[in-house]
Amino acid sequence: MGALNNETLLQKIQERFHEQVTFIAEPYGLLTVETSRENIIDVLSFLKADAELQFIYLTDITAIQYSEQEKSIGVIYHLHSLVHNVRIRIKVFLSEQDLNIPSATVLWHGANWMERETYDFFGVNFDGHPDLRRILNVDDMTVFPMRKEYPLEDPNRVDKKDFYFGR
Amino acid sequence: MQNFPSILTNTPQTADLNTELSTLNLGPTHPATHGVFQNVLQLDGERIVSGVSTIGYIHRAFEKIAEHRPFYQITPLTDRLNYCSAPINNMGWHMTVEKLLGITTPKRVDYMRVIIMELARIADHIICNGVLGVDTGAFTGFLYMMEYREAIYEIYEEVCGSRLTTNVGRLGGFERNFNEIAFTKIRKFLDDFPKVLAEFESLFNRNRIFIDRTKGVAPVTAEAALSYSWSGPILRATGVDYDVRAMNPYSSYEDFDFEVPVGTTGDVYDRFLVRNEEMKQSMRMIEQALEKIAKEDPTIFHADVPEFYLPPKEEVYNNMEALIYHFKIVMGEIETPVGEVYHSVEGANGELGFYLVNDGGRSPYRLHFRRPSFINYSMYADMSRGMLLSDAIINMSSLNVIAGELDA
Amino acid sequence: MSDIQIVNAPPGVEGSGFFATTLDKAIGLARSHSLWPLPFATSCCGIEFMATMGSHYDLSRFGAERLSFSPRQADLLMVMGTISKKMAPVLRQVYLQMAEPRWVMAVGACASSGGIFDTYSVLQGIDEVIPVDVYVPGCPPRPEGIIDGFMNIQKLVQTESLRRRDTPEYQQLLAKYGIQ
Repeated sequence: MGALNNETLLQKIQERFHEQVTFIAEPYGLLTVETSRENIIDVLSFLKADAELQFIYLTDITAIQYSEQEKSIGVIYHLHSLVHNVRIRIKVFLSEQDLNIPSATVLWHGANWMERETYDFFGVNFDGHPDLRRILNVDDMTVFPMRKEYPLEDPNRVDKKDFYFGR
Repeated sequence: MQNFPSILTNTPQTADLNTELSTLNLGPTHPATHGVFQNVLQLDGERIVSGVSTIGYIHRAFEKIAEHRPFYQITPLTDRLNYCSAPINNMGWHMTVEKLLGITTPKRVDYMRVIIMELARIADHIICNGVLGVDTGAFTGFLYMMEYREAIYEIYEEVCGSRLTTNVGRLGGFERNFNEIAFTKIRKFLDDFPKVLAEFESLFNRNRIFIDRTKGVAPVTAEAALSYSWSGPILRATGVDYDVRAMNPYSSYEDFDFEVPVGTTGDVYDRFLVRNEEMKQSMRMIEQALEKIAKEDPTIFHADVPEFYLPPKEEVYNNMEALIYHFKIVMGEIETPVGEVYHSVEGANGELGFYLVNDGGRSPYRLHFRRPSFINYSMYADMSRGMLLSDAIINMSSLNVIAGELDA
Repeated sequence: MSDIQIVNAPPGVEGSGFFATTLDKAIGLARSHSLWPLPFATSCCGIEFMATMGSHYDLSRFGAERLSFSPRQADLLMVMGTISKKMAPVLRQVYLQMAEPRWVMAVGACASSGGIFDTYSVLQGIDEVIPVDVYVPGCPPRPEGIIDGFMNIQKLVQTESLRRRDTPEYQQLLAKYGIQ
């Protein structure tokens, strides 16, 4: 088994998924691909189960918001093949009106809290998640604080006068 | 997909016994939990039937703050993630930004960083293993070891002036060179600490009570650990030799000769041994780093990147270019490349990752921390099932969950 | 000769075979040297408290040997670290469970004012939910700072009149926090 590099990795993925997985870029040597939510679980399980690739380690799940895009919320998966020491980044973009994506908890137990955190911060609904509740913020919070439209500071504060801060 | 390991097989059969389950609210302020974790446990006598972990009691919104701060002001935030080993976080963040900006650091800076990071790892493991001793009823080891954590803090003070939340280093290197006293203190530490560690090990490693309390407690298979994305000493205790320092060397770790200790059963005793062994390896690395530093130019302590490294203050007052750079750095007028970068370092608890998305502004567009404590702790409620309450306490202690890193 | 030092007696009237002082001075002296702290440690400052309790700095010298993890027996609530809005009700509950007389020490910038975390999730100082006696600055304070704060609490305890907790001012202070 030869060393796995990004080219062969991409080739293998595209042999299997054709145009359903698109190559975005390779920033700082980390292969980044995009797929749709219909395919994400297939892609993840292919990467995990393939005897040659063996991306068995889920490094991280998080999200990002690009307000100006039509599909503004991106869910980002980082996987790591410990055998080959190669990482891959997979992105799925969702529109803010329909933030549903299948849960990766069917593949990794560790996805449980990562997805809860992503839900807590961005409001992404992971379908099939066993226990999708807020994890870090208080349960009765109504907003998703990491989205760009919500302020960093507590808007209910009364002791902070704007004119002291030049606003 | 593999099933959860055999921990669950010893779940008690309560159906045929006419017993009632009791609910215990362990935390968020409980002396046996080191930090603010809440676990609502269903108990059958002393055995845990099920548990629900609640976290977020010190959620401070690091990622949101980071979107409002320039790069160099995020370093103090990273201090407060895992405050037991703050320098590793600082260096990890600096290296992430350096990767984004394409800065290469001189070898001497790398070795200085290795010294500080390995000292931080020792300090973190001292706390974890010392407190594990306290939880099993042996206070003595903790008192011996804490003395040497103070010695490490004194070295930090020589290097950066601060004890706990160090904010050490800058983009491109260090804010000042190590002075002679710092080197003397490091050498003294290297001389003294092995004896104390040997004494500590002789107190615990073959101590009947300690072995009874820890051996066979909370064993985790490698499959389960990988499925829960564990990393760090607790993953290595299960037998997986995943260490970021060895696998994706950063800061010239590839120049060092060290071993990655692994365990076999992944129980609390193995985690204890792995941490002790890592402390020895860290000392080996510091020794090597001192040797390597002696061969480098002693005046170099930062990379030559005037766009990102603040000039010395007297230069700012007397030199035109320095003044311009100073102004540009402080006002955030420096162009930064647009892009996304993931960089990870081996924190004291595992893979500490920084996922940085930059849009060319002065602060990150999005910064996500992959926090090992958060991810490691997610197994806790599952693995507590069927365990004795007293074992669950020790298990939590050996996971070394740091509340600041857990809740971000 | 032993080098153990004994605290100085409070001012009073002394004669052959007797010494007279006021009751609150005697009680204050005793209380201030046997404070039982409840360490409410949440984050970084808690680690510095660990150092303060540890062998190097040794808070036990000040009569605070016995950490009381139960609020019912504690005299001094030491709040160390960030208190988030999720944690605030818990902190308040702990304070309410403490018996009078009780003192509160806010250790570190976060407990005193929210520190650098001016965010939606962090309480901007614990004095929004409970009254505080001594603030210790620093992020985190050095162990010396924590000890200095503790000595200031001792001074407060020594000089406090026995009736202070019954005064209308004190009731007003508690009422401001909604505590009856």
